[in-house]
Amino acid sequence: MLDFPRWKVWSITLVILIGILFAIPSMLPADLKARYPKWLPSATINLGLDLAGGSQLLLEADQADAAKQRLQAMEDQVATELRRDPRVEIGDVSTAGGRVSFLVRDPTQVDTAVERLRAITQPVALTGSRDWDVQVTDSTRVVMTPTKSGSQRAMRDAMTVARDVVRRRIDPQGTKEITVINQGADRILVEVPGVEDPEALKSLIGQTARLEFKLVDLTADPNQVAQGRAPAGSQVLPMAEGGGNIAVKRRVMVSGDQLVDAKQSFDQDGRAVVSISFNTAGARRFGRVTQENVNKPFAIILDDKVLSAPNINEPILGGQAQISGNFTVETANQLAVSLASGKLPVKLNVIEERTIGPELGKDSIQKGIIASVVATLAVILFMLVTYGRFGVYTTIGLVVNALLILGIMAIFNASLTLPGIAGFVLTIGAAVDANVLINERIREEQRRGRKTLDSIETGYKEASTAIFDANITNVIAAVLMWYFGSGPIRGFAVVLMIGIVTSVFTAVNFTRMLVALWVRRQRPRVLHI
Amino acid sequence: MKLLKLVPDNTNLDFMRWRNVGLMLSIILTVASLSLVAVRGLNLGVDFVGGQMIRVTFAKQVDVEKLRNDVGSINVGDASIQETGGPRSYQIRLPKPEGGEAAANRAASQVRSMLQQRYPGARVDSVETVSGKVSEELAWDGSLAIGLAMLGIAIYIWFRFEWQFGVGALITLFHDVAMTLGFFSLTQLQVDLNVVAAILTIVGYSLNDTVVIYDRIRENLRKFRKMSIVPLLNLSLNETLSRTMVTSLSILLALGMLLLLGPEVIFGLTIAIFIGIFVGTYSSIYISSPVLVWLGVKPDSFLRTEDEEKAAGPAAV
Repeated sequence: MLDFPRWKVWSITLVILIGILFAIPSMLPADLKARYPKWLPSATINLGLDLAGGSQLLLEADQADAAKQRLQAMEDQVATELRRDPRVEIGDVSTAGGRVSFLVRDPTQVDTAVERLRAITQPVALTGSRDWDVQVTDSTRVVMTPTKSGSQRAMRDAMTVARDVVRRRIDPQGTKEITVINQGADRILVEVPGVEDPEALKSLIGQTARLEFKLVDLTADPNQVAQGRAPAGSQVLPMAEGGGNIAVKRRVMVSGDQLVDAKQSFDQDGRAVVSISFNTAGARRFGRVTQENVNKPFAIILDDKVLSAPNINEPILGGQAQISGNFTVETANQLAVSLASGKLPVKLNVIEERTIGPELGKDSIQKGIIASVVATLAVILFMLVTYGRFGVYTTIGLVVNALLILGIMAIFNASLTLPGIAGFVLTIGAAVDANVLINERIREEQRRGRKTLDSIETGYKEASTAIFDANITNVIAAVLMWYFGSGPIRGFAVVLMIGIVTSVFTAVNFTRMLVALWVRRQRPRVLHI
Repeated sequence: MKLLKLVPDNTNLDFMRWRNVGLMLSIILTVASLSLVAVRGLNLGVDFVGGQMIRVTFAKQVDVEKLRNDVGSINVGDASIQETGGPRSYQIRLPKPEGGEAAANRAASQVRSMLQQRYPGARVDSVETVSGKVSEELAWDGSLAIGLAMLGIAIYIWFRFEWQFGVGALITLFHDVAMTLGFFSLTQLQVDLNVVAAILTIVGYSLNDTVVIYDRIRENLRKFRKMSIVPLLNLSLNETLSRTMVTSLSILLALGMLLLLGPEVIFGLTIAIFIGIFVGTYSSIYISSPVLVWLGVKPDSFLRTEDEEKAAGPAAV
């Protein structure tokens, strides 16, 4: 047990030196850090949001909206597919009851319709199930029902896209240190450091930004429209600024999917507008539709609300257009960013929000550092008066342990959170446990009449199973904490886990090595412990 | 130099003599804790009941009554106001607004602007908004994590020792967690996510002592085959007593410094661990060990292991 070959001494020393090397950058004040040699490791411990200040948002997909959008998309697909040659004549497509259904006018075409629609559904799993179920009821009505596995996959795909869109919206230049990750099946976690007022952040994410251009239905009876009823092939939409309803054709002229860019600018009257540019296909289509509909109004629709319905004075051919509405510079800018980043495939709701100001964190770090240092000193003093020479070894182990925790956190770029500070102090107090177990055992073995060397040997050996078992219980708790916890709590669990590993390492390797080297050199006859 | 010995050499306290008293005390306190939680309830934070919490630090001392009236006057629902840390720091809690997200935003910004208007220099430190759905999940996840940790540790102890030890560990953990919750119910300190983390930590650390004592009991059971269980437990407890004291004191010392000097925001977390370690030290002596007597642990509980050792070669001791 006290036999330490040279290679072992060297490897333990090396591990500790590396750990300390990585711990140093995190402890340097900013001005010193600037002059720190570049070739040395410079990674520092991250500060969690609760210490650095910032905003954390948990977004959840609006399931109802997702289902609605899927139905609408399928409705469009059905219409497009059956309009192709050979054309299948169908009645109005209904999306009532969460299903897409329609009548096939010619009963002999029912099978063709079903076959062609089955072909546009997608296989979901290896089991052969598809994302939509196509059935015929009452011999001529085709009903398409979304399958559960299909909806799940659609949600997964949508959330992946949504994550990227959210990231682009918050950080268009891709330069900020933000976190945007998917959580579970239908959630996105967003962490943005340094934000004090998250309102702007939320309005950026809150907008689905589904932009559509549709023709205004001039044939609609205004009284009917006011009551929310529209002629076949049209729909009633509310005006954005509470200006009543308006009837528009269901068919989308051009949509925001065909945008290549969007910027905030001003129109000739100096009002804030959003300038958009279409891609080639979008520009061609926009040109054609405006050419065919000169002197008719068209509606600019954002998230199912009509922003404005200007008149088409002349064909718009260059693929450039302006969106006017009741914008301020700020809201126009937000819309521009949202449009440029693409529409969200599903509406997202904020279900949890935590914003921490920077002052609180600064205060906490300062107090945390003071408390950690004082706690360490108190424990060191306690160890010294209790174990004498062995207390010195314990103390060295304790300091090395603290440095190793910092070093490992820096290597893994782990975040230090407020509870993490508590974890650190707790670890300082608990880290001596392994040493205490050993030291007490040595005391005991000596009392039993063992010789000096023998009692040290036995002390280390007999204490090791207790050290192992006692630490496993902590690991179990910390792992569960990490698994179920989020943000700050995870930071706490990480510190605990690292602390458990380093404290066992320092006790059974490092301090034992110090003791072994001392014993080898001095050959003590009596132990003061 | 004379070294400090918290526990003198050759201490021989008859712990087991008082085991029934200890048990009664523990049962009474556990029942009291649980009934306290049932009757008085816990002061659950927004993490677990939903709603909004706004932390604010004022430039100078403020009158709580005035603050309460001011918050009440802007019509954001039934707010509760609590001092945190110093006389200048308060937390304002608002209930879940009826109108969902938009209403929550409005309420928070109303409070924010009211504070800045009527209390110049007021600094809003944090705003946390948790929806009902999330708070339910957090409460469930927290309870699940604590339950699983207790069970996982008990199963581990069962594997490493014998089933009686596993049951002993589980009872000990239950006792420690119940006491901690009782403390929170008594003091009405706010229970937030941090406290769940603290309880998980207690589950891990309070069992440290128990495991060390169990380890010694196992060792002694193998060593002294003829000794009856009660004196054997006494022997094991006395042998490990010094270590139990030194480690617990060391942890309490470190946490005590954090309580006195550390950030107020984690006071709840720290005090919970502090109490838990304290209770855990007691329960490792008066719960974990007596349980073994009642569950009928005997020297031959480890006979199988002994045979294996014999098969493997001469014993190392």
